[in-house]
Amino acid sequence: MKTKLFLILALALSIVLTGCDSDGGKGSKAGMIGSNAAEKVYVAPGEHDEFYAFLSGGFSGQVSVYGLPSGRLFKVIPVFSQDGEKGYGYNEETKPMLETSHGFVPWDDSHHPELSQTDGVPDGRFLFINGNNTPRIAKIDLRTFETTEIIEIPNSAGNHSSPFTTENSEYLVAGTRFSIPITETDVSVKEYAEKFQGMLTFVSVSPDEVGDMEIDFQILMPGFDYDLAHSGKGPSHGWTFFTTYNTEKASTMKEVNASQNDKDFIAAVNWKKAQEYIKAGKFHTMPSNYLNNEYSDHTHMATSKKMTSTRVLIPSECPGLVYYLPTPKSPHGVDVDPSGEYIVGNGKLSADLTVHSYSKMIKAIEAKAFEKEIDGIPVLKYDQVVAGVVEKPGLGPLHTEFDGKGFAYTTFFISSEVVKWKLGTWEIVDRIPSYYSVGHLMIPGGDSRKPWGKYLVSLNKITKDRYLPTGPELAHSAQLYDISGDKMELLLDFPTIGEPHYAQAIAADVIKDKSLKYYKLDDNKHPYAVKNEKDTRVERKGNEVHVYLTTIRSHFSPDWIEGVKLGDVVYFHLTNLEQDWDVPHGFAIKGANNAELLVMPGQTETLKWIPKSVGMFPMYCTDFCSALHQEMQGYVRVHPANANVKLSWGLGENETQGK
Amino acid sequence: MIKTMALFAISLFMLVACGEAGDAQLEKNASNETEAVASGESVGNDGLGVGPIKSVTIGALDAAMAKEGEDIFAKNCTACHKIDAKFVGPALAGVTERRKPEWIMNMIMNPEQMVKEDPVAKELLAEFLAPMANQNITEDQARKIVEYFRQVDSK
Repeated sequence: MKTKLFLILALALSIVLTGCDSDGGKGSKAGMIGSNAAEKVYVAPGEHDEFYAFLSGGFSGQVSVYGLPSGRLFKVIPVFSQDGEKGYGYNEETKPMLETSHGFVPWDDSHHPELSQTDGVPDGRFLFINGNNTPRIAKIDLRTFETTEIIEIPNSAGNHSSPFTTENSEYLVAGTRFSIPITETDVSVKEYAEKFQGMLTFVSVSPDEVGDMEIDFQILMPGFDYDLAHSGKGPSHGWTFFTTYNTEKASTMKEVNASQNDKDFIAAVNWKKAQEYIKAGKFHTMPSNYLNNEYSDHTHMATSKKMTSTRVLIPSECPGLVYYLPTPKSPHGVDVDPSGEYIVGNGKLSADLTVHSYSKMIKAIEAKAFEKEIDGIPVLKYDQVVAGVVEKPGLGPLHTEFDGKGFAYTTFFISSEVVKWKLGTWEIVDRIPSYYSVGHLMIPGGDSRKPWGKYLVSLNKITKDRYLPTGPELAHSAQLYDISGDKMELLLDFPTIGEPHYAQAIAADVIKDKSLKYYKLDDNKHPYAVKNEKDTRVERKGNEVHVYLTTIRSHFSPDWIEGVKLGDVVYFHLTNLEQDWDVPHGFAIKGANNAELLVMPGQTETLKWIPKSVGMFPMYCTDFCSALHQEMQGYVRVHPANANVKLSWGLGENETQGK
Repeated sequence: MIKTMALFAISLFMLVACGEAGDAQLEKNASNETEAVASGESVGNDGLGVGPIKSVTIGALDAAMAKEGEDIFAKNCTACHKIDAKFVGPALAGVTERRKPEWIMNMIMNPEQMVKEDPVAKELLAEFLAPMANQNITEDQARKIVEYFRQVDSK
């Protein structure tokens, strides 16, 4: 018997070994995988990752939270898109989050997650992200990992160069990727060159625990495309840099016509100067319609505020506010190194990488080393601001981040690689392929004053053959590299939600102990909350029926309701009475045209339900809550519209008759 | 002792069967309620339970404390417990006679560990199947709930 078992084991082992051998042929796909790569990304069951990584969902409109180095997915945070899994944008409380001046917009294209900073270092308070399509910025509270504010950006179109924080998150910025006629009027696209303009918006963030976002001011700029941004740090704190393309002001066939000029510009905005001009009253008040939506952890509800104007500065009226730095050719990313001295312009159609010097820029401004002016904005002389050039590093540079040890890492989309080079000497020291077509890259803290220079993640646009095929549509991909040594080393591929456009990461220790476990019932100020089973009830107001419902493992109170009539609009206000971590309850009712509720302990959420037929409608808990989860169910009876019935409801032996 | 072992065997079977437990088994188990409660006398931890509460000083009944305890109980516990009848959890009349105050407070404050390690709490879980919810009650609040139970039991 024992011999037989041994033989079977030996056979199995040999199959495994053979299987490994046949993998050897895939060496080219794996690239330069070191023999201990698996060890470096292995986080044992029950152990925690070293970093939280926040990946944008791109066209999913959301943010996903991964652990590094394991690449394990923890949560998808709904931000700009409705999410049936969590009821976000479906329940009555969060619907206002997705309201805009264009009405309810339940989707967006989320591009750049940005951690709040203190003294130029990610502080773990908030994560911000831009909505590209219907210009917005969202704020996620990193105590709850929930979206708590969305502010719309008026006079903008294609909010791409956003949200990119200043050193203490004094401001987030929002530059427009599409210039438009401002204010929006009925103008032909053929009049682009004369009538279109670009707006740069500065959104302030309150330094308290709310982090309230407000539009402080906007700057009306020439009609270029404002692509990306980064703010200065250390000595350059007080400045924000925006890349531009289409300085040709083309309005059609931009693929060719927006790539004619030898150099476009990086716009350097002195926002401290802007504050002085605002204080001095040198702004124009522009009628601007936009919404500011805020979610409260106390009422568990979002509310929308209508805003009606913005303060606009015009550069020609505000000397010293904006300068243009000529930068070859259609610069995409603009990245400021940890010292704050170097400003890297990733000229995506340029053979070389251009690096400007902040200190040279200041000297050039003082010396008035101007080449010309555009709409009152001085263009500095290229040779007076450039610090150095990284020669022929690759094809199609897009973005650069830093390791804090004197090196920069730039992505090359066309040649599909990451190139490591040295700040100051501009020499290339290493390069490694990405699979495939990398856009952004991310080093934890890699855009801050103090990067955690251990890992690099490339965020790839094309996946092709990296994973098992899933029909025409494939998962996008992120790749993790070890950058702790001289040579970069590929460790891991992991698939992502939507497009992992950009990402940020932070040491887990900064956040994890602050993570909220449950909402305190005592602090619940929701107007429809019930904190005690004996207060649960059903009320009629005309054809509205309000159900004050509670959950605890494992029953609803009440768990049966009669007296709802066809034509009624029923609101289930569900309060989860649990006061412990990881005990959400779900709620679903047959025929609901929206989604489920997923209610965290101590929270209240509301589902609107309009029954369409007479009958008995089951309701149940959707989130497996205990051994008796299957028993957590109930019934709502719907009578004909003309039935002469009163509301009644109950639980167990208790039964109540209402109106 | 034999009874306890038999009960343990049944409860073990229930745990293995888990979500599949049929109605017949649930009923069978419910009928053993009084026996399970009674077997609580033979406890390895001197009936103190497992958790932060090692000793409680009990004096004359404090009506003000009991009143506060009643409010806390109403808010946090009544979704599952009644005084005079079995509900989601056991009926609580007479609980201060069956259990030491330390045990009650540990059960309120530390239910996860109690149902794993305390023999009586283990049996109660096997019987009721719904794990006691941790409502994050503070020591001060738990003590007041005990005072409320004492008041109920003194009547």
